[in-house]
Amino acid sequence: MGAFEPRTARAEIAVAGARGVTAEVLSTQPRKEVIRNAVFAAILFLALALALAGLGLLIGKNVVDGHSRLNLDLITNNNSSDPLHAGLRNAIVGTLWIIAFVLLFLIPLGVGAAIFLEEYGSRGSRFTRMIDLNVQNLAGVPSIIYGLLGLEFVARAPLNLGYVVLAASLTLTLLVLPVVILASREAIRAVPDSIREGSMALGATKWQTIRRQVLPASIAGIATGVTLATSRAIGETAPLIPLGAATFLTFVPSGPGSEFTAMPVTIFNWVKQPQPEFQTLAAAGIVLLIALLVALNSFAIWLRNRYEQRW
Amino acid sequence: MTQDESAQQAPGGTAGGDHPAITVRPGFRQAGTGTREKVFELRDLSVHYGDAPAVQEITMDVFRNDITALIGPSGCGKSTLIRCLNRMNDLIPSARVEGQVLYHGEDLYAPSVDPVQVRKLIGMVFQKPNPFPKSIYDNIAFGPRVLGMSGDMAVIVERALRRAALWDEVKDRLDANAYSVSGGQQQRLCIARCIAVEPDVILMDEPCSALDPISTGKIEDLMAELKEHYSIVIVTHNMQQAARVSDRTAFLMVELDSSEQHRWGRIIEYDVTERIFTNPSDQRTEDYVTGKVG
Repeated sequence: MGAFEPRTARAEIAVAGARGVTAEVLSTQPRKEVIRNAVFAAILFLALALALAGLGLLIGKNVVDGHSRLNLDLITNNNSSDPLHAGLRNAIVGTLWIIAFVLLFLIPLGVGAAIFLEEYGSRGSRFTRMIDLNVQNLAGVPSIIYGLLGLEFVARAPLNLGYVVLAASLTLTLLVLPVVILASREAIRAVPDSIREGSMALGATKWQTIRRQVLPASIAGIATGVTLATSRAIGETAPLIPLGAATFLTFVPSGPGSEFTAMPVTIFNWVKQPQPEFQTLAAAGIVLLIALLVALNSFAIWLRNRYEQRW
Repeated sequence: MTQDESAQQAPGGTAGGDHPAITVRPGFRQAGTGTREKVFELRDLSVHYGDAPAVQEITMDVFRNDITALIGPSGCGKSTLIRCLNRMNDLIPSARVEGQVLYHGEDLYAPSVDPVQVRKLIGMVFQKPNPFPKSIYDNIAFGPRVLGMSGDMAVIVERALRRAALWDEVKDRLDANAYSVSGGQQQRLCIARCIAVEPDVILMDEPCSALDPISTGKIEDLMAELKEHYSIVIVTHNMQQAARVSDRTAFLMVELDSSEQHRWGRIIEYDVTERIFTNPSDQRTEDYVTGKVG
C-alpha cells in the first residue's frame, strides 16, 4: 500500500503539517522526561550497588585476612587454646546437633500452626486476628530476648534442661517459628479454594483434603520457608550465649544432652582473643559461615523456582 | 414408559409468534410423573447468608434419570439452590438452610446425616474446570482412593474416562499433568473424576459457561449418555442449552422485598421442558424464554 500522495497544493500543505505533527510526537520525548527517567534508574542502581558493595567488602576483607587458614584443618580440628591448631570441628558438630533438633520441633509445630490457622480457623474471627498479630510481633522480637527466655524457662526451671543442645534447639525453634508459620500460611493460602471444593465434592473429608491436596500443593513454599528459617537459626549468636554456648569447648558435643558450642559463637570467641592468629582464624570462620549461608539460601531459592506451583 | 400427550410433538415449537424458535430435542419426552421415582423432594427450602435471603420457598421434585435444568437471570440463586443438594453450602459459615431436602425419602439435613457421606452419592461439577495439580490418572483415582473403593484402580480409571468420552483422547498420556489438556477436556476430566466414585446424582453448576461451543456440544452429548446411569441437575444461564438437553426445567426469578434491601430467588414455574419453552403457564416465564426480559 503506497503512501497517500496529495494531489493539490493545499492538500500537500495539509498533509505535510499532519505528518510533521505525527512524526514529531512519535519520535521525540520531552528532554525533561528522558533525564528524569535516567536519574531515577541511576539512583535505584546505586542503592543496589551500595548494598552489594557492602556485602562484597565484608566478604573480601575476611577472605584477605583469613585466607591463610582457609584449609581443611579449619574443619577437622577442634577448638583449642593454641591458635595454630584450633579449628571449627566441634562448633560445626554442635551446630548440626542444634539444627537437627530445631527441625524436629520446627516442622510439626510451624506447619501444624499454619494448617490450623488457615484451614480450621474462621478467617477474620477475633481469635485468628489476635494470633496473626502476635505471630507477626514475635517475628520482630530481638533474638537476645529469646536467649533470656530460654535461659529462664528451658535451661533453668521449670524445664531444667541445663546448658545443653536441647535447650538451645528449643530456644532457636521459638525464634524462627514465626518465619515458618508465615511462609507456610502463604503457601497454604495460595492453594485456590476450587481445589478444596473439588475434593470435598467427591466425598473426601476435610483432613483428607488437607493431607492429599492442600499440603502436597503447598510443599514447595513450606520447604522454602523452612530452609530460610534454618539459615537464620544457623547464624544466630546472641540467644545462644545465655545458654552456655560461649564456654570454650574443646570436645565434640555428643548429643542433645551434651554441652555445646556453635559456629557463630566460636567465631565470636576467637574475635575476643588477644592473639592476632585468632583474628585470622575468626576471619576464616566468617568466610566459611557466609559460604554456608549463601549455599542454604541459594538452595531455598532453587527449591522455590523449581517446584513452585503456579496457579 | 407411557407417553403423555406432549410426546411426539414436532420440535421447534415457539413461545410467542415472531421470536426465534428455541428447538427442543425430540426424545426427551416425559412419562406421567405418578409412577416415576423421585430423587429429590424439596419442600419449602430457603437459604439465608447471614440475614440476607438467597432463595425462598423452593418446592419441587427431581426425578430419577432426568436431566433437570435450573434457569433464570443472574443472581436468582440457582447456584445456591444446587449446592443445597449435596450440602456444599455447609462449607460457607454464614449459610443457613431451612425447609426440607429429601433424598430418596431421607432428610439430607437431619442431624444424624454426615455431609461427607452425602457427597459420595451426590457429586458436583463446577463452572470453572478445577482439576487437581496431579496427573490425569491421579485426578480420577483420587476419589476412589480416599473413599477406599476396592478393585483394580486402572480399571476404575479407564471406565470413568470412557464414560466421560475422554478415554480415547488421553489414554496414551495418563501420566501427563491435568493442566496440559484443553479447557473442554479438563471439564470432561472433572466429570470423569465425579463419575469414578460411582455417585447416584451428578450436579452441574454451569459446566459449559467457561468453554467454547465445540466443547459445550461434546459435553451436552455426554449428558445425554450419562442420564442413562445417573440423575443430573444442571444450572445454566443459557436457555437454549436447557432446551436442548433437559427433560424438566425450573425457572427462577429474583424477588425484592418491600424495602428493596434484600433480593432472593423463587421458582416461578417448573415443568416438562417442552412446555416451559413452548407453552409456559406463567407470563413471566414466557417473557424470559422469549427474551423479553433478563
